[in-house]
Amino acid sequence: MIPLSWYLVFSAALFAIGLFGVLARKNAVAILIGIELMLNSVNINLVAFWRYIAPDGISGQAFAVIVFAVAAAEVAVGLALIISIYRRRGTIAAEEIDMLKF
Amino acid sequence: MSGLQIIFILVAALTLGAGLLAVTVRNLVHAALWLILALFGVAIFFVLLNAGFLAVAQVVVYIGAIAILMIFAIMLTQQVASYKGTQLNANWIWSAFIAVVVFAGLAWILSSWSGFSTLPPEMSARADPLRQLGSALVSPTAYVIPFEVASVLLLAALIGAIIIAWDRK
Repeated sequence: MIPLSWYLVFSAALFAIGLFGVLARKNAVAILIGIELMLNSVNINLVAFWRYIAPDGISGQAFAVIVFAVAAAEVAVGLALIISIYRRRGTIAAEEIDMLKF
Repeated sequence: MSGLQIIFILVAALTLGAGLLAVTVRNLVHAALWLILALFGVAIFFVLLNAGFLAVAQVVVYIGAIAILMIFAIMLTQQVASYKGTQLNANWIWSAFIAVVVFAGLAWILSSWSGFSTLPPEMSARADPLRQLGSALVSPTAYVIPFEVASVLLLAALIGAIIIAWDRK
């Protein structure tokens, strides 16, 4: 039997790794990779709480399905933005995309 | 230590290692491939948690669509992907510090919670989570509104992505 704590600690670690990716990476696509890892760790938490605390309901899994849909929408729009920026500016390094500062 | 626990530890080590490589390797195509491995590890966790449908959806949606889309985006921005310098920005030490603090804080808060080491309750033999999930997503008393909002969101994202990435020349 696996206690709930293992899942919680695992997903906290995966979330921290994703957070590091979002904060430390230069490339915008790599930042999206970090966001995907964070969303996945949240999903594991939702499903683990469903299985351990409320297996009679279905809320945890339904939430996870909605998170899937939002992640797909987010990555589609994000990558379209990145490709559009690359076409206009020739770079996708997050620190060089600073038009809003002017 | 039971077999399940050994499997858990192996998959957790695989997933965390792949995730760590995905956010640190310099070559972005390799990073996307490591991301795929980490997503597979998460799918195995869904199987361990009796959520078979989510495991399949994870493979289809995340690995089949999102990761492949990322590889496409990396290849379309090839000059940046083959960039030889560091891929980490100047503040990466602070970022690592923040990530460690967040992990330690989460672990500390969770470990002070009384249900931290709950064991899984038995799933009753008649329970059918997949059927339950299917009817909950279309039931007016459950999640039909979030479900429809999610489909409108997906449609909006689809149209928005096409319009944003459109080359108007």
